[in-house]
Amino acid sequence: MATELKVNGKSTRVDVDPATPLLWVLREHLQLTGTKFGCGIAQCGACTVHVDGEATRSCTTPVAAVAGKSVTTIEGLSPTGEHKLQKAWIAEQVPQCGYCQSGQIMQAATLLARNANPSREQIVRHMDGNICRCGTYQRIVKAIERAAKEA
Amino acid sequence: MNDTNLHEAPLATTRRGFLVGAGSLTFSAVLGLGTGGITESHAATGKLQPNAWLTIHADGTVTIMAPVAEMGQGTLTALPMLVAEELDADWSKVKAEFAPPNPALYGNPHPILRGGQATVASVAVPGYFTPLRIAGAQARAVLMQAAADKWGVPVGELSTDTGKVLHAKSGRSLGYGEIASFASVPAELPKITPADLKQPGQYKLVGKTTIGRADVPSKVTGQAKFGIDVIVPDMLYATVLESPMEGAKAVNVDADAAKAVPGITHVITLPFGVAVVGNTVEATRRARQLLHEKVRWDTSAAAAAKFDSVRARAEYERHGKDAAAKPLDAYKRGDADKALGEGGKVIEATYWSEHVCHAQMEPMNCTVRVAQDGQSCEIWAGSQAPAGVVAVASGILKTTPDKVRFHQQLMGGGFGRRIASDIVAQAVVVANAVKPRAVKLILTREDDMVAARPRPMTHHVLRARLDEQGRIAGWKHRIVAENVDAVAAPPRFQATGGKDYIGWQGSDLPHYAIPNYVSEGVRELRGMRVQPFRGIGSGHNKFAVESFLDEIAAERGIDPLEFRLSLTREDPRASAVLREVARMSDWGRQRPGRGMGIAFADYHGSLSAGVAEISLDRATGKIKVHNYWVAADTGLAIQPQNVLAQIEGAVVWGLSVALFEQLDVKDGAIVQTNFHDYPVLRMSDMPEIHTSLIPSQVPPTGVGELGVAAVAPAIGNALFRLTGQRARQLPMSAAVVKGLVV
Repeated sequence: MATELKVNGKSTRVDVDPATPLLWVLREHLQLTGTKFGCGIAQCGACTVHVDGEATRSCTTPVAAVAGKSVTTIEGLSPTGEHKLQKAWIAEQVPQCGYCQSGQIMQAATLLARNANPSREQIVRHMDGNICRCGTYQRIVKAIERAAKEA
Repeated sequence: MNDTNLHEAPLATTRRGFLVGAGSLTFSAVLGLGTGGITESHAATGKLQPNAWLTIHADGTVTIMAPVAEMGQGTLTALPMLVAEELDADWSKVKAEFAPPNPALYGNPHPILRGGQATVASVAVPGYFTPLRIAGAQARAVLMQAAADKWGVPVGELSTDTGKVLHAKSGRSLGYGEIASFASVPAELPKITPADLKQPGQYKLVGKTTIGRADVPSKVTGQAKFGIDVIVPDMLYATVLESPMEGAKAVNVDADAAKAVPGITHVITLPFGVAVVGNTVEATRRARQLLHEKVRWDTSAAAAAKFDSVRARAEYERHGKDAAAKPLDAYKRGDADKALGEGGKVIEATYWSEHVCHAQMEPMNCTVRVAQDGQSCEIWAGSQAPAGVVAVASGILKTTPDKVRFHQQLMGGGFGRRIASDIVAQAVVVANAVKPRAVKLILTREDDMVAARPRPMTHHVLRARLDEQGRIAGWKHRIVAENVDAVAAPPRFQATGGKDYIGWQGSDLPHYAIPNYVSEGVRELRGMRVQPFRGIGSGHNKFAVESFLDEIAAERGIDPLEFRLSLTREDPRASAVLREVARMSDWGRQRPGRGMGIAFADYHGSLSAGVAEISLDRATGKIKVHNYWVAADTGLAIQPQNVLAQIEGAVVWGLSVALFEQLDVKDGAIVQTNFHDYPVLRMSDMPEIHTSLIPSQVPPTGVGELGVAAVAPAIGNALFRLTGQRARQLPMSAAVVKGLVV
């Protein structure tokens, strides 16, 4: 059964079981592998994408639920890879293994979209669902603060 | 649809340890010096390969082989930088490439690896520090000689600057790429000794804080490719319902429902699980869910089946006291038994740590294509031990190692989990069953946790006798645990007569003036698949050692910092990190409602000291760490920014293990299944981490694991200063602490 959705601005039609998690549609059917599989139960945030601008865990979102909606992945966050968060992430040298960072950045982007100058507490509350096993949390906070300042 | 029963598959090699392929190599063999086969000239193609480590292309690009994997520790930048430094390369034109598994060329001469090629034990930079600089200097000498020959001038008149050879007298210069387009490699390569290398003051790249990690930009755009991102043509997908413990076999596999899922092509019973293969990843996951309740496990041959981690606690404690237990000495100095028997005040305490697992963010995965004849294969995966990958795959296919082509991938965390080649063995067996189609095997998080390779559960008995002046005259530390070397490094385990290097590491006291000490191991045999875990033995042993030292200081009524300074009085580097962390944390200052704790931890030649500032929610027992200060001496820092980042990350790892992580084992099977019941540290539990590096120009020592070990004892010691109660077990979870302070 085909599902129509918009991915990174492009209308896309995927012929998969409608129950298929959006995560696997993006990663394996559309080969947008920047979105990562971590837990499969919305506990770690590695799979975070935007659905109509909302941070969404793609691992527990059936593709049918995003039919007709607009999905943005890390590949589509900025046409040149120069979103203010991406630049801040480089300036603060955030990533280590890097596996969770797409999800971290996508999660952070929805915070800055709504709140140009978040407090430390607002950052922590917004980001607490995203696990980083390398322990880059401190630099993530600094990078979000830097991006907010430089915006 | 195909059913293939592979119960009889030859998998004897799957448990071979990470030392497979590690031989004792001479220094020159490690460097590949004088081996004409690999140092041939490529003048015809416009590139120059002076030695096995680098290739200079006509456009000036320098490709440098990275002998170890990148799992977040930054060696994909640091190691090529060592070559580039002595080559005097233009860093903007340097590219890194993963070296193939070939210990003869790319092995690490560090004493821990003795020529093996593996990403373990924080020894990449320390081990490759000299060989890679020599390789760079050698290549530079080749370029200079080629330029001298071209210009007809003595090589002594030449110099280099950032990718160019210069002749000052005539004002001429040649870029390295230009030289590569005409030069050939001499029959005899220039001999470089460590004395020919730069002094630290001459470094242009090493130690610069402005140079970032090469892999960072691709990791913020989603372009970095990890093992799980591999896509090869005509690929099937697989997942494995993992066997709950070593030796448990799937029986009564009712695969009808799984096979009925559209797109499923195979259900394959393995010696260690049941694989589901299909055309889409979602089909394999659905089939695995259906299969989950339809498999029974025969555990009659599984040693772990009788193991229950809660029940075993009393048995471990008994073995800790048992005079008839037959311990092996781990580390000793002087005569501890004699010193302990001489009367006076004896202090004793016991400590405990639970199983913990890596829970790396990227679940285990591996992509394999086996050729039609079943005699060769290609493997795409992130591995900390590529020699083990090759050995496992060639063993299963009954072929020779040269028929296995391994493509190293970025790892979404390793931490020790990607040393064992279990996932490779599974993927090769599955790919062999569906050859010549490639298979990408991705575990679910749940199966990743079923197949955890945990740090062992440990029990510690510490005894010390104080002399009349209150000094520690004798010290004894008994470690009761399963032995990691027995599972992860069997050749070494056998060669040492059953010593557990990995599990006992950190129970030595090289920096403390304690004249008589012994640490000893009592081996438990429980059948768990224990493996190295970031920080290895230090993670649990330093918790016991540094908590116990704090108990002695409290008993004597002296400040725990002063006590450690007196113990390190003859070791200026060790006392320096203690003084630095005391300065950073303003150690002597009282903070109402807060407790401060200090600990010291060395790791493979590096030194660290940490101070934790905590408060406690007495209603729940939850410890809140507000600040953590860490001072470290890692020798020369190749990439200082990354060293700081690694220490921060290791501290977070230490915090998570200290406060939250616990695997329970019931009848041999791990109880926890995912991040909801195996909590790891999240952002809301972060303290401010303050990191300081002691400037040093001695050769670099390990970085990646150093920060882990001091965290747990510093927190425990802080809890004692805040409450008068001591948590003698890991994790110091809210439940544990609540039981202490009520």
